[in-house]
Amino acid sequence: MTNTTPNDSSSSENWLEQALAQALTKPLTHLINLENPLDFNGYIKAGGYMGATKALKEFSPKGVLELVSDSGLKGRGGAGFPTGMKWSCVPALQEKKISTDSPFNQNANEHENSYLICNGDEMEPGTFKDRYLLEGVPHQLIEAMIIASYTISANKAYIFLRGEYFLAAERLQHAIDEAYENKWLGENIQGTNYQLDLYLHTSAGRYICGEETALINALEGKRATPRAKPPFPQVSGLFGKPTVVNNVETLCNLPHILKHGSAWFKDLSPDSDPGTKMYAACGQVKNPGVWELPMGVTIRELLYDYAGGMKDGANLKGLLPGGASTDFLTEKHLDTPMDFDSIGKAGSRLGTGGLIVLGDKHCPVAMVLNLLQFFAQESCGWCTPCRDGTPWAVEILTRIEQGQGSHEDLTQLNELCDFMWLGKTHCALAPGAVEPLKSAMRYFKYDFEQHIEQGCCPIEANKQNHQEQLVSNKKEANHGE
Amino acid sequence: MNNNNNDFSLNQRIPSVMIADEEVDFNQYLSSAEMSAIEHEVSIMETRESVGIEALKIVQQHRGWISDDSLIAIAQCLNISSAQLEGVATFYNLIYRQKVGHYVIHLCDSISCHLTGYDEILNVIKQHLNIVYGQTTSDGQFTLLSNVCLGSCDKSPAMMIGGKHYHSLTSDSVVAILNGLSQNVGEGND
Repeated sequence: MTNTTPNDSSSSENWLEQALAQALTKPLTHLINLENPLDFNGYIKAGGYMGATKALKEFSPKGVLELVSDSGLKGRGGAGFPTGMKWSCVPALQEKKISTDSPFNQNANEHENSYLICNGDEMEPGTFKDRYLLEGVPHQLIEAMIIASYTISANKAYIFLRGEYFLAAERLQHAIDEAYENKWLGENIQGTNYQLDLYLHTSAGRYICGEETALINALEGKRATPRAKPPFPQVSGLFGKPTVVNNVETLCNLPHILKHGSAWFKDLSPDSDPGTKMYAACGQVKNPGVWELPMGVTIRELLYDYAGGMKDGANLKGLLPGGASTDFLTEKHLDTPMDFDSIGKAGSRLGTGGLIVLGDKHCPVAMVLNLLQFFAQESCGWCTPCRDGTPWAVEILTRIEQGQGSHEDLTQLNELCDFMWLGKTHCALAPGAVEPLKSAMRYFKYDFEQHIEQGCCPIEANKQNHQEQLVSNKKEANHGE
Repeated sequence: MNNNNNDFSLNQRIPSVMIADEEVDFNQYLSSAEMSAIEHEVSIMETRESVGIEALKIVQQHRGWISDDSLIAIAQCLNISSAQLEGVATFYNLIYRQKVGHYVIHLCDSISCHLTGYDEILNVIKQHLNIVYGQTTSDGQFTLLSNVCLGSCDKSPAMMIGGKHYHSLTSDSVVAILNGLSQNVGEGND
């Protein structure tokens, strides 16, 4: 990640030159500067707003849709849904089936307004990739949102930002103001007659707001519980109007696809899902961080070449490949490419592409307990399986972790996993909690059983024994003197 | 709560802190700065209802927390019921429905911090300030709350105080940070 501060003009020239050298291989991050992000003029100088110019002046909305569909861009928020397909459900982009001659359909050519919402409610534990894009190159997101809004015929767009990202909020608002001043937002953008108003909404701290329909409720000022689908937001979303909700990273790809074309985008990762991906690693690794790499880098490369391997001499026990709500993977999956299909076949989900790494000196039951505490706290309380199931799982896991569990507890946990699985809940939060829980019970079965049989946490007990041994060794040594 | 099971008189069953909506007049209660900030948000959104969270944040910024009176005043101002706004206010972690200290410590308790020393940092804070989660120090300087993942997983453990994020915490650095803030309050530099 480039972190140099372009403080004086000569070093700023150098910084820009180095950054631009990576424009074609690291489109999303080459302009990131966390210390001192590019202002409007700096961004223009670096080739910014060229993608939006092209979209507005050379393409029709349908043309952009076709280009993005052809690029194969998949949503980077976790589900991996093709972006072009999501957009194409918006009425403004659909082929009209009814003849416009019909007297009942006189307004068939006039579509109702739609909304674009950028989902910047990055609250998935272990995920921090979007923060780099928001804080490091805010104009890129604004340019991207102009392109997406134009495509879906939206005249109003919102950035829904999590409340804790104060620095990102400050920088985004500044960038939005600059874009207005320079006629990139507001009426008649760059003389094209297209109008777009862009607003920043900062939330106040609740994980479920990242679910797109809960996010829409939050933006409408309602308690942010998810809505039933269908109708999908593309048909009836914010204030009942067609609405597209896209993740920050997904959107940030757009200026580059417009600029360099869909063939270039696909060539970035010929053997995998198209494009690059913001991969990350955190937890018990030597060098946690974010890296933009071609889609399909293996877990091993990410963990050892980029994240520096395990820290404190620990061995790998397991890892979550894409945030808290993905299934554990282990040593045997290290050569799996980090793309949607391959991680899916390995039994997990790519999610947000951020590894959370667990070493063998830490208790896996304690880790799962922490994850479930998160889901129990963040459950919106709307549906029973989630509202009651997640705290129940926490209660059982607490018992096991403290060495007071029984074998029946394990059976009950397994049953709970079924009660909270897809199809039985209102949204994906509870199934997201089941993923790490169920996979942990499979891969770390021995650890769960040892807690029950030994009546304590074996890892903690080992640590204590080791400490006591050290103390007694020291005492003996002192006596010997 | 009333523990006398035989007494069903209505007045006694209602906690004394409850305030009827009519007792507050938002025009008098909210300051002109608060009102104009709220009206600016209303001009952006389609409905008055939809600025609930912004309005709560604006008033909290001026008053430190959202009292029952504040809640009722905001609800009146937005033309929604106070019950509906309470549903929104209590939904979010960053809206304080109880009085908080000058600084609110939001300590990240999610997975990356859990794996990299959260337990130790929590213990240090608890011992240093002599409070547990949900409490405020007796001098009113600090309130301690937990927070879900702050998105600082590459620099965990992390905490947030007054909109500022503090990273890669150690037992020593966290004490130094708290002492520094404490001094600020004392000198009125904040």
